[in-house]
Amino acid sequence: MNLVLALFGGMLIGASALLLYAVEGKIAGISGIVFSATGVERVWKLVFLASLMAGGWLAIGGGAATPHAPVPATPGGIALLLLAGVSVGVGTRLSKGCTSGHGVCGLARLSPRSLAAVMTFMGVGMLTATALRYAH
Amino acid sequence: MNRLVTPMLCGALFGAGLVISGMADPSIVLGFLTLAPGWNPALALVMGGALMITVPGFFWLRRRARPFVAEQFVMPPTRPVDHVLILGAALFGLGWGLAGFCPGPAIVSLGLGQGAALLFVPAFLIGGKIADFVEPLLRHRSA
Repeated sequence: MNLVLALFGGMLIGASALLLYAVEGKIAGISGIVFSATGVERVWKLVFLASLMAGGWLAIGGGAATPHAPVPATPGGIALLLLAGVSVGVGTRLSKGCTSGHGVCGLARLSPRSLAAVMTFMGVGMLTATALRYAH
Repeated sequence: MNRLVTPMLCGALFGAGLVISGMADPSIVLGFLTLAPGWNPALALVMGGALMITVPGFFWLRRRARPFVAEQFVMPPTRPVDHVLILGAALFGLGWGLAGFCPGPAIVSLGLGQGAALLFVPAFLIGGKIADFVEPLLRHRSA
């Protein structure tokens, strides 16, 4: 994978988060936007999420990236994906943020909660992925 | 209607950034999270690149009393670091390390019709509902 693309893609994400905060005063945290897409906030959040999907689709359509191969659909693989999904849902709802809300926005806001969250999910994520590799 | 232009633009920038950076590919994410021979540190540059923009940008915005269009900046929770935050972040890390999906890339992959996201995203939404039920119990116990 390309280092320049990783940095450039990251800068696009940062520009998105900064623009949303500067203009609308909102945090571009994906888990928060998904879980709180109700009431008067509903419309802009659904527009944001639809545009998120459209942006990914356009980046691939425009040749900026190639789609990745689907994950193999073995029974074990399916169970693992469902378990992972529930765990990410419970975890990001309890900690009120994910890689974007705590990582991209929270660290920039110098939030102690976000720093603690990022260190925890990075550490546990690395431990889990590494343990899974050696368990195989 | 005009107020939807910024969310629309920001969503598209964010989604394109996730795909271009490699963050939307679970195999690349797991290659970063797996500390083993063949470790690929490139993904650190995604958060690095984002923070290069948001750290100075948010610092600059501190001088402003209000955003350019909205009435006020939202105020995320100001609770201290507590067991609910750490437990939640740990569960998020566990799921992230198992599948290589965090919420943004999962939504983008859903939009691309990826089979894995069709399973992951509903499970993620159910997880959020479970947390709404569990959180008061977690807070009550410690109170």
